[in-house]
Amino acid sequence: MIKLKKIKMTLNGRQCEVETAPDRILLDLLREDLGLTGTKKGCEQGECGACTVIMDGQAVLACLIPAAKAEGADIVTVEGLAAEGQLHPLQEAFWSEGAVQCGYCTPGMLLSAKALLDADPAPDVGQIRQAIAGNLCRCTGYTKIISAIQVAAEKIGHE
Amino acid sequence: MNWRDYERPRSISEALNLLEQAEGRGRVIAGGTDLVLQLRQKRYQADLLVDITGIEALQHIEEREGWIQIGAAVTHAEVAHHDLIGNEARALARGCSQVGSPQIRQMATLVGNIISAQPAADGAIPLMALEAEIQVAAIAGERWLPLPDAYRGLGLSTVDAKAEIATAVRFKKLGEHGLTGFFRLARRKALALPTLNGAVALCRDASGCRLQRARISLGPVAEHPFRPQQAEVYLESHDISWEVILEAARIASEEANPRTSLLRGSEEYRKAMIRLYLSRTLGEMLAIP
Repeated sequence: MIKLKKIKMTLNGRQCEVETAPDRILLDLLREDLGLTGTKKGCEQGECGACTVIMDGQAVLACLIPAAKAEGADIVTVEGLAAEGQLHPLQEAFWSEGAVQCGYCTPGMLLSAKALLDADPAPDVGQIRQAIAGNLCRCTGYTKIISAIQVAAEKIGHE
Repeated sequence: MNWRDYERPRSISEALNLLEQAEGRGRVIAGGTDLVLQLRQKRYQADLLVDITGIEALQHIEEREGWIQIGAAVTHAEVAHHDLIGNEARALARGCSQVGSPQIRQMATLVGNIISAQPAADGAIPLMALEAEIQVAAIAGERWLPLPDAYRGLGLSTVDAKAEIATAVRFKKLGEHGLTGFFRLARRKALALPTLNGAVALCRDASGCRLQRARISLGPVAEHPFRPQQAEVYLESHDISWEVILEAARIASEEANPRTSLLRGSEEYRKAMIRLYLSRTLGEMLAIP
């Protein structure tokens, strides 16, 4: 009989308690236990960034994090970006700038970008490139993703 | 199952007790960016993971009596952005800032970079040139280990993660005549293992014409971060000039003796890159026009 582990965390602004296998990985906890499939499973090796979530304000890779490490943590997934049915400026900018093609890298890109803008509201292009250096995109060639982040930064700056 | 239990102790002694009770079936985890994959691939097995990142005593970056000490829970991102490291050991800040990707740097720890025992680990390479030591805690007591003694073979640490905890790394401040440099060559700018990386730590003498101390580390040219000691001695015994720098770089490339590798490149290319990057870095550090 496997001893299940209780994990309490703040998830997208709400208190959340889950009981799961002790060797559950955060990515599977989100997608399977909690049904939040916005966070994508890409390489499962920490090399593509598709599984990026924000944990305690930092962009991290859910595929490498034991779910038990998230005890007491503040987690934001892509589902937590839109508030009250209103898209986050990053989501709006990705849409308006055409930064989404297949969409698979997008949740990870959005969260890496959010982590950047939360820490530095006016990044230059070099800093944007650095912030998304851990997120691979096979479709867009990155230019529209970078423009979208610039547009979002500008919009947030004027709010 | 990849593990059965996961604990986050609040103190080093609590962590050691958990490991002792597990009788060899427990293992230390810090950032987990290497270990989680290794457990999944069954390279290691553990029933209990003891997560040390919640231990406050392991979260410091500070100066202690002329040494700079970094605790085992400190991430690469924290090292890369810390003023003390930026001022006293810039090569270490630069090395840490190039590990993996931004997300990996937020999770992975500098001490973990040593324990994973890879030959071109971007945190361990500058630490080797800085002649760092690591502190290892066991039930029997604590000890400081010179960094080279932490390596047992490719990917193998002398620290037994089933019973011991590497708690900190430290290195002596270089002082006002000290300089550090770091270089890295890889196929991509992120998420790429290096074709070549290296660090240099120098102390000029009072006259400025000679080096009182020269330490170089190179990777991946051996099973662990490699010090070309003949090149170091050569630098220390000649007045600084371009000719001396170029000759030191040539000696280092011969000493390192990289062999042709499908992953890292041909022997000729790797030797040429050692000469290029090392001489360029030394030239920049010493401001040779």
